[in-house]
Order: sequence, then C-alpha cells, then structure tokens
Amino acid sequence: MPSLNDYLILSAVLFTIGTAGVFVRRNLITILLSIEIMLNAVNLSFVAFGRAFGTIEGQIIVFFVMTVAAAEAAVGLAIVIALFRHRESLNPDAFTALKW
Amino acid sequence: MLFYFFGALAVVASLLVIAQRNPVYSVLLLILSFGALSGLYVLLDAPFVAAIQIIVYAGAIMVLFLFVVMLLNAPHEETDYDERTHPMLRPGPMRFGAVLALALIAELAWALARSGTPNTFSSTPVTSVAAIGRSLFTDYAFQFEVTSVLILVAMVGAVVMARREDRPGAKR
Repeated sequence: MPSLNDYLILSAVLFTIGTAGVFVRRNLITILLSIEIMLNAVNLSFVAFGRAFGTIEGQIIVFFVMTVAAAEAAVGLAIVIALFRHRESLNPDAFTALKW
Repeated sequence: MLFYFFGALAVVASLLVIAQRNPVYSVLLLILSFGALSGLYVLLDAPFVAAIQIIVYAGAIMVLFLFVVMLLNAPHEETDYDERTHPMLRPGPMRFGAVLALALIAELAWALARSGTPNTFSSTPVTSVAAIGRSLFTDYAFQFEVTSVLILVAMVGAVVMARREDRPGAKR
C-alpha cells in the first residue's frame, strides 16, 4: 500500500514536467497541453489528500478544477485559432505586439 | 504494484508529451497519461473522479485539442536552432526552463520532506457517488451555480474570439 507521500511525490513530478513543458516548447498547443498536465497533477494531490483525511471535499474540488480546465481549454484554443489566423504561426515568439 | 505501474506510465507519457515535436502525438500521449491517472484515482477509492477523468478529460477536452490541431494543420513547430543539439546547449529559454524545473522539483521535495501531514490513509474511504452529489447540491450549491455561469461565459468568449471577421461591414 503506497503512502500519501508517494502520491504527493508523483504529483510533484507531474507538475514539474508540466512546468518544464511550458518553458521548453515553442508551440502554443503544446503549452496548453502542459498546463493540462499541471492541472491534473494538482487533481491527484487533491484526491490523495481527500483519501488521507477521509473527507469528500477532495473529490468535490477536483470536479470544479475539471470544469475550470474545460473552460480554459475552450477559451485558450479559441485564442490560438484567432492568433493563427493573424500570423499563420503557432510560435509564441511570433506574437510580440504587446511586448514592452 | 499497481501504483508504481500507473505512476510510471503517467510520468513517462507526460515526459513524451513535452518531448514530441508533433502535436498530434502529444495529444494522444496525454490521453494515455490521463488513463493512467484514472487508474490511480481508482486505487485512491475515487471511482467517480476516475470516470469523469476518462469521460470529460480524455473524451471531451482532448478531442477538442485534437480537433484544433487538425484544423490548424501545423504539425511541426518551427525552431531557429539545430534540432540535433543537446537541450542544455540550446538558446536562452530552453536552458532557463530546464534550470527552473530542476529548482521547482528541489523546492517541492524540500517542502514534502518538511511537511507534517499524516502519512497514512484514513481507514474509512468515501467512495459513494451519492455522497458527492448530496454535498455538491447542498454545501456547495452556490459554487456549483457559479460554475455554470463560468461555463456560459467561456462558451460565449470562445465563440466571439474564434469568429471569422471578414464579413462585409464587420470591423477589422
């Protein structure tokens, strides 16, 4: 039986992979996928904590996180489509109009 | 041990997601990673979360991603450096990102080592979907309704932003 710390370590590793993906990739869609990896790592933490304390709240908040993730994916992909129409590119370095 | 199998599967699939250059493969590997996470939720006595992980995440959100990837038809990301070089030798942001990821995992390991949380699981797991539904519609009814407003706003925002504005008379 794995302990709570095992689940938290796995969650930390997944979150770090997501963070590294946001920095390393130069593709807007892959960056959004990395954000999804981070959200799922946090979900795993919530469920593990809820299980450890024997409460229902861990699973409830995962439900809300998934709803927010769905909304974020829809709006993010709409922005990606609009950006691609403007520049014919998915490289975030191509969008510098707001750069100071 | 099922935990290590699903955990290793999730980590390897997630690593391959950010190592792929073709977004279609990235999306498909992320679905595999979500399937492994769903297995972990079953191990954590959370069958409801495992089911909506598959149905909502792998079934709906990832298909939306896949649809956009194929709609845009831009399979390979363009790079201004030689792709055969070692990641640590590539220009600025790549190296910086790798260093930041290492710093983050060091901090998380430090935080976990110092945490005073009980390391054992409660002996009475809450697995009932009925309990989740009851809690969702009584204690968290307000948050639940706010979530529906959020989805409505996201839907309107997505439609407005992805709309093509080349009709006559439309503002450019």
